[in-house]
Parts: sequence; C-alpha cells; structure tokens
Amino acid sequence: MRVAPVKLMRAVTAALLLAALAGCAAPTPWVKPYEREHFADPIMSFNRDPVSSTYLQHVFETREGAHGATGSVGGGCGCN
Amino acid sequence: MQLTREARCAHTRGAAGLSPFTRTLLTLCLIAAPALAGVLPEDRADVLWHSYNGGDITIQGPSVLVRKKVGDNLSLSANYYEDMISSASIDVKLSASPYHEKREQWSGGADYTHGKSTYSAGFITSKEPDYKANTSYFAVSQDMFGDLTTLTLGYRRGWDRVFKDGKDIATGQIVHVPFDNGLSQAIADHRGYSLSLSQILTRNAILGFNYELLTDQGYLANPYREIRFLSPGVGLGFSKAPQVYPNTRTSNAALVQLKYYLPYRAALTGQYRFFHDTWGVLAHTVELDYTHPAGKHWIFESSLRYYTQKHADFYSDLFPRANYQNFMARDRELAAFHSYTLGAGASYQFMVPGVHWINKSSANVRVDHLLVDYSDFRNALLAGTYGAGNEPLYRLNANIFQVFVSIWF
Repeated sequence: MRVAPVKLMRAVTAALLLAALAGCAAPTPWVKPYEREHFADPIMSFNRDPVSSTYLQHVFETREGAHGATGSVGGGCGCN
Repeated sequence: MQLTREARCAHTRGAAGLSPFTRTLLTLCLIAAPALAGVLPEDRADVLWHSYNGGDITIQGPSVLVRKKVGDNLSLSANYYEDMISSASIDVKLSASPYHEKREQWSGGADYTHGKSTYSAGFITSKEPDYKANTSYFAVSQDMFGDLTTLTLGYRRGWDRVFKDGKDIATGQIVHVPFDNGLSQAIADHRGYSLSLSQILTRNAILGFNYELLTDQGYLANPYREIRFLSPGVGLGFSKAPQVYPNTRTSNAALVQLKYYLPYRAALTGQYRFFHDTWGVLAHTVELDYTHPAGKHWIFESSLRYYTQKHADFYSDLFPRANYQNFMARDRELAAFHSYTLGAGASYQFMVPGVHWINKSSANVRVDHLLVDYSDFRNALLAGTYGAGNEPLYRLNANIFQVFVSIWF
C-alpha cells in the first residue's frame, strides 16, 4: 500500500504534536524524582565516556556497511 | 490570546501559504511550547591515545575533548582527533602501494537549554591528503512526562571532497591525479534525519531508541580499489577494473538500548541495531555490556558485540567477465561477513592533591579484540596457489587499544 507523502507528513507531524502536547498534560510520573538516584550513577549513562565511545564507533563504521543511529556524528573518513 | 500588531503581521505573512491543517498544527505547537528544563553535560576534559592494529594496518593518534559551561544555559565543546595511518592492507597490496598518512579532525559544538528544551549545534571538519569532509548538525531535545522521557530530533549535513592520489613519475612526489572520468576531484553529499527517545521505565531500567534516515549522494566509491573478473589463461586467472558505484544511497538505521541497574551496584546493557539500505546491505548488531564498580575507586567493564551483514546487490568477489553489470564493487565493507568484538576496560577514579578546581579525575584503559569472518571476500593474493575464485576466505583479526585520562571541573 502506498501512502501519499503529504498524508505521511501529516501523520508524522500529528504524532510529534501529540508528543509535545503530552508534555503539557503529562501524566503523573510513575517513577518519582526521589526514586531516580540510580540514574545519577555514572554507570547508568548510555555514553559514560564520549571520547572513547566515539572512537570505537568510528572504528566500526569504517569497516562495516552499516552506519547511523548510534548518536555519534561522523566528520567523514575517506579511509582510502 | 491577543497578538500584537507585529505578531499578527508575522503570523499572517508566515501562514499565507499554509493549509488550514498546518496552521492549526502550528498554533497548537505554540500553545505546547516547552516550559520545563533540560540538563547540560558536565564540564570535563579527556585526553585519549588510541591504537588499532590488524590486517597489516596500524592506526594510532590522540584525541582531546573539552567541554565547559558558559553561564547557566550554555555548554561549549571542542575536540581534536588524529589518525596516523600506516597501511599495507590486503586491498592496498592488490591494487595500490603501502602508504603512510595523517587524518586530522576538528570539531566544535554548543548546547543551549531553555526550559526543558536543549538545542545543540556543531561543526566537524576532517582533512587527510585525499579526502576532505565537513559536517554540520543541529538537534532539539525536549524533556517530558516529569522528565521520564526525552525526545530528540536531529539533522546533519555533510559535504565531502574526494581526491585520488598517485605518484608523479617525473618527481616521485605524491600528487592528486585525475579520476577515470578526467575530473580532478569528486563530491559527496550526506544528510541525516534522526529521532531519539530516552525513557525511564522503572527506578532501575532505562530504554533508549534511535532512528536515523541517511541519504548519500555523489562519489561514494573508493577510488583506489578495483573489482576483479575472471580471465582464464591471463596472469593469475583474473583481471582488474575500476569499481562502479551508484551515485545515491538511502539508509535506515534503528537502535534499541536497554540499561538495567543491578541490586549490587552494577549495570547491564543490551542493545540491538537494525540497518538496511537501497544497496541491499542488511545488517544486524547485537551488543551486551556489563559495568561493575569495585570499591570507591575502580570501575570495570566488559562487552561482547556481534555484527552480521548481507552483501550489497552489486558486490562480488570475482565477476564472471568485464562489464558484467552496470554497478560493480569489491569493497569488503560491502561483502557478506560477521564479526565479534570482545572488550574489557578499567577505570580508576582519584583526586588530584592540591588542585582544588578539579572535582574528580579518572585514568582509564580499554582493550577490544575484533574478529571478522568474510563469507564472500577471498584472499586474492593467494590466487597463484589456489586459482582465481578458490582462494581461502579472508579473515581479519585486530586489536584496539585505548588509554585516556579524564578530569571533571
């Protein structure tokens, strides 16, 4: 089934809008602020040492066909 | 809601070409404008030395990253990264000559918070003798649902200039040489559109989701590598010809991460990435990480990463004949293969005596071993022994080493 680009754009925009609106009418957080002490621990960070993880990601991206969605923005590497 | 005269005029001008649906959405967006507060990254500096050794390639160099807040709402960052490359890889031995070169990369970025929103922008420039790349990026993050959820929308754009180097016969110097089409340089353009979501699930678990749509356009091949095709009775049984790549590529990548805090203060992370593109590359990545603090000073970590991909539609290790199809490649990055990466690291946290502006410091070391098993990329250097098309499949073993010092101030 093909979806017209305009309809697709409207659906995406509406979804984003709903997400934004939900921020104003947020439900009661089910994890209270005082219950989030574990997330302040550095070991719970998805990217504890950016200088190291960015390098390792670069190593993989220059040797694999897949790239993207890792959060790192490459500056390009010819690797010729 | 009353608008000022200027606001009404601006509203009228801006909305003149918009449909009623879009105008309604824009109005609702204004109503829903953020009024909550993002969190800026910590002030820190890292100095790293990296080393890669495998497949007769050695790459090493420094990376320095500094991040500092300016006032309460702005954080600036800068990074210098360098690769010193010495290569005699299997590709180089087959189609070119061993070489040494240096790649330098500079980047600068800024993060600005306003309420619960964070705006990020930056620029990266990379330079090596035969490849120059510039990338800019912009992203907006919004904390929602009592800070349980963070939604980020991002955009990046890259402009690359590709050159082909060769030895000048008269002087012996390395100079830019023309491409096969006679041009002195080629252009590649990259764009990326991303959507990220971070969601606290329970007091011990957090979920991350990233999606990115990437488009590449222009010269996307490696100008030095060549395809090979069967030539019975000639040389080693094969001949070589330039690669022919499509000029466009559209990719979709989606990553899901789940991090869990274990009862004895340790963290377990699982992640999966799906990748697919219009060249026919289909890839899956699975990774498990375990982080274990020990005492007040040590943090140990270990990881296992598995990656597998299907080859691109126009890839072949050995084509049946010259000009077999319109697009032809033999870059092993587009071959079918799977790889394992086993990693371990240790971090020692300490205070620097007498330096009061440093809040915390750490000395870190990390070692990874990469093993790549190719399914349809053969060691063509052994064609004389085994015959073209019957050589053993290529296998890459590499050691990746990092040592770095971090300070928080």
